[in-house]
Amino acid sequence: MERVPILKIGDILLVSIQLDMSDQTAVALQEDLAERIVATGCHGVIIDITALDIVDSFVGRMLSTIASISKVLDAETVVVGMRPAVAITLVELGLSLNGIRTALNVERGMELIAAARADELDYQLDDDPDAETATP
Amino acid sequence: MTAGIDLGHPQAQAIRSDEDVVRVRQLVRGVAVAVKLSLVDQTKVVTAASELARNTLVYGGGGTVEVATVDNGRRRGVRIVFADSGPGIPDLDLAFTDGYTTGGGLGLGLSGARRLVDEFEIETSPETGTRITVTKWSR
Ligand SMILES: Nc1ncnc2c1ncn2[C@@H]1O[C@H](COP(=O)(O)OP(=O)(O)OP(=O)(O)O)[C@@H](O)[C@H]1O
Ligand SMILES: [Mg+2]
Repeated sequence: MERVPILKIGDILLVSIQLDMSDQTAVALQEDLAERIVATGCHGVIIDITALDIVDSFVGRMLSTIASISKVLDAETVVVGMRPAVAITLVELGLSLNGIRTALNVERGMELIAAARADELDYQLDDDPDAETATP
Repeated sequence: MTAGIDLGHPQAQAIRSDEDVVRVRQLVRGVAVAVKLSLVDQTKVVTAASELARNTLVYGGGGTVEVATVDNGRRRGVRIVFADSGPGIPDLDLAFTDGYTTGGGLGLGLSGARRLVDEFEIETSPETGTRITVTKWSR
């Protein structure tokens, strides 16, 4: 069985899906990613699907599952590079990519992760009563 | 309605593993390109084929697919027949309901595939298994 490579770039794991994945390969990617998030402590995952010419219900479900798993492991997932024809087909298929953030390309995906991360840190500060400052 | 004259021989492919589901997608893509379907229509028919091939494997216990070009005098298209000798689908209305699944899926395969093609026919019984014929025409 072929495996999809996972690259670490700074604080982000980048997965660029270059092959027509079998269901087994998709499931293996899900597991590999969970392990890599824990092993590296990365807080962001970018899944680049530019090369995918279809996303069916199985791959769609895999993307949602990866997003949920990474959330639990304190990482943000962004899916980038969806082709217009794929987006049109997904909607007609009835698949809502629940809980999945999307961005146009890898660069935008990185910005989104950085922004989400900053919000999260803000929120944690706001939550901490000692960190509260009086507004003038 | 299944109007259309077959052109050439259908290409057959067994569906026994998830690697075969990948092959079905590639086979359908090739024929969809050959009959000059638009990119969006190619994507739709390949996605529908992927859903139906997976159902054939998972619920039908494996089976076969035949992919052929069709021509109705005005348009060309791709016709795909999925056949298995599995248990059949007892309640079709239920099976075509978005979200209905007996296998822990999303329950979108059958209903979604029907939306993605132009013609969709299904014959199913516990004796003969399930046979689904779909057609997508060029515009
Ligand atoms: N070839 C088949 N033989 C027997 N039962 C089938 C067959 N195809 C579909 N079914 C039944 O119809 C149900 C609905 O199928 P459908 O493809 O819509 O959803 P799913 O496969 O369960 O989930 P998804 O396709 O979204 O991952 C299946 O759960 C199964 O019970
Ligand atoms: Mg299905």
